[in-house]
Amino acid sequence: MNGGLLGGSAALTGTAPSGATPEGPGQPARGVPWAKVCTWLAMALVVLAFPVVFPTPAVTSIAFFSVIFMAAATAWNTFSGYSGYISIGHAVFFGSGAYTLALLAVHLNLAGGMGIFWLVPVAGAVAMAIAVPFGLVALRTRRHTFVVMTIAAFFVFQLLAYNLSSFTQGSAGVSLPTPPWTATGFNQRFYYVAVAVLVVALGLSVAVRRSRFGLQLLAIRDDEDRAAGLGVKTTRVKLTAFVLSAFSVGMAGAVWAYFLGEIHPQFAFTALFDLSVAIMCFLGGFGTITGPLLGAALLESLQQYFTIQYSADNLYLIAYGVLFLAVIALLPRGVIPTVSGAYRDWQDRRLQRRVETVARSAGATGPPGVPVLERAASSARAQER
Amino acid sequence: MGTLLVEALIDGVLTGGLYALMAAGLTLIFGMLEIINIAQGIFVVLGSYLSYALWAHLGIDPFLGLLITVPALFFVGVGAEWAFLRRLGDRDRVSMSILVTYAISLVIEGILDIVFGTTFVQIRPSYSTSTWHVFGFYLPDIYVYGFALAVVLLAALFALMYRTRFGASLRAALQDRTAASLIGVNVKRVSTITFGIGVAATAAGGMVFGVTNGFNANSSLDLISRLLAIVVLGGLGSMGGAMGAALAMLVIEDVVAVVWSPVWSPVIYFLALLVVLSVRPQGLFGKVAARAQ
Repeated sequence: MNGGLLGGSAALTGTAPSGATPEGPGQPARGVPWAKVCTWLAMALVVLAFPVVFPTPAVTSIAFFSVIFMAAATAWNTFSGYSGYISIGHAVFFGSGAYTLALLAVHLNLAGGMGIFWLVPVAGAVAMAIAVPFGLVALRTRRHTFVVMTIAAFFVFQLLAYNLSSFTQGSAGVSLPTPPWTATGFNQRFYYVAVAVLVVALGLSVAVRRSRFGLQLLAIRDDEDRAAGLGVKTTRVKLTAFVLSAFSVGMAGAVWAYFLGEIHPQFAFTALFDLSVAIMCFLGGFGTITGPLLGAALLESLQQYFTIQYSADNLYLIAYGVLFLAVIALLPRGVIPTVSGAYRDWQDRRLQRRVETVARSAGATGPPGVPVLERAASSARAQER
Repeated sequence: MGTLLVEALIDGVLTGGLYALMAAGLTLIFGMLEIINIAQGIFVVLGSYLSYALWAHLGIDPFLGLLITVPALFFVGVGAEWAFLRRLGDRDRVSMSILVTYAISLVIEGILDIVFGTTFVQIRPSYSTSTWHVFGFYLPDIYVYGFALAVVLLAALFALMYRTRFGASLRAALQDRTAASLIGVNVKRVSTITFGIGVAATAAGGMVFGVTNGFNANSSLDLISRLLAIVVLGGLGSMGGAMGAALAMLVIEDVVAVVWSPVWSPVIYFLALLVVLSVRPQGLFGKVAARAQ
């Protein structure tokens, strides 16, 4: 995490409240943003090399869960962060993805191994198929009613997983085929598949954020009535984003299920899922691209660490809640927007100081008639480039 | 079957009374502060645990204990509003309030887990298992007492709202915050007290919930999802809507449990919500929002 990412990626992280401002993705390209490219490459290298550098199973398992939640948070943010519609029903997609993979593997009598990972995109597709009717009903309502609709849908699915026991094996849960791998490299395989899911989720998020479609979503978030008045097909746009985010969440759920090897309705469909993902996004920066990555990496590893180290779930609940309340009170915009805003302010102040220095030295020599400060500012800007 | 059905109907109405009280608190908070209080569920459980602690350790009857738990939860609510919710801005207010109150609820849940453990407990005063025999129906005493309690407290709430000076300022602020503050209503203070009252309503609900059900801190999720469904079905901000919806939903749930299966009754309950809201997005008694949110 260095200044290059935070400062150079204003367009990427979208710190402006509205994508419609000049800082949005419509900004003309100023050549190749090398700082940004290098930062992303460095981050990719860190993510890829992590399990090679830290091969301990406990650590790779924490890393696996963190990457899964980075993908899930990014996907959640692709809908909720950009449109402003908070969903507490994405656990439906996570659980459906998990159950799709588990039930297909069991009913098709698949042997454990890499082959099962081919079911991951299938799980994503099933989650998308569920998202269409769910979204059509829930998105008829506006923001706070939508929240409750998603909660209701979530409970319906959890109860279905419990009660359709001939199909889902009810509260007994589903056991997946055990992978034939030895302990060395066991977590690593899951880790890299999770990274692949993360790449898909991140790719979708970036593509949406940089497209006209993404601008329409941000317009809905800022003022839905006005967006509709300007010709945005609001329902279609919201539904598309909802379905896209369901795809990645479903895949994350599928990989998660295979890693655990056994799933139960209360864990696959848990209300904690959406709320933790929401907190991750708000911690990092709601509606930004890098925010959910940072928030999920921090919080999920913290949670896994607490669980392994103290085997105390309630401590982690308290830590989570207190941390979130502190974030809302101290950094209401989230870490990434706050830090990058501070970096920009610092740059502005630096530029200002240069202007003053140049103005002092150039004041006597410039052609008459042109205000001194203006001349100085333009020459300082020229020096900046 | 017929007797069972009538009993289910009566049970639904009796338990619905308490849900009406808790939902009234929730919808009042929304109407006043534009906050969806996800922590309402854990406040109910906190009420249950307080009554449980008083009963188990000091031998105080849970109904008598309300004299302690209702003010206690009132102050918990006032404190929470003062510490966290007052800071919420206007931008994305409802969404942020959902997350903040959820964080509050996580903290309380963690603390309750540590203090009371995660095993289910239940308040069992002597009358918790006795039943009332009327016209050939068996009604559990506690349901009848709970319903009476809910009626008394709802009446008190309405008296407070419609017969006192404070109630007048509350209703004024409900209608129009700006106008109310212009004519001298201290809207901030009224909001804080309203939040306290909305939370205090859970103490009574929590006490009866703790007598009729085994509970632990995790029960709050089930409670809040029900309460939210009821409040939204009735129309957010509508007191009458919340009470009507509470009775309707609890009756539906109990009747489905008898006619079909208790396993499926919650599914029907939430399906009813989805169906009604896809026809009337503003809820049964809700007004169409002038502001698009």
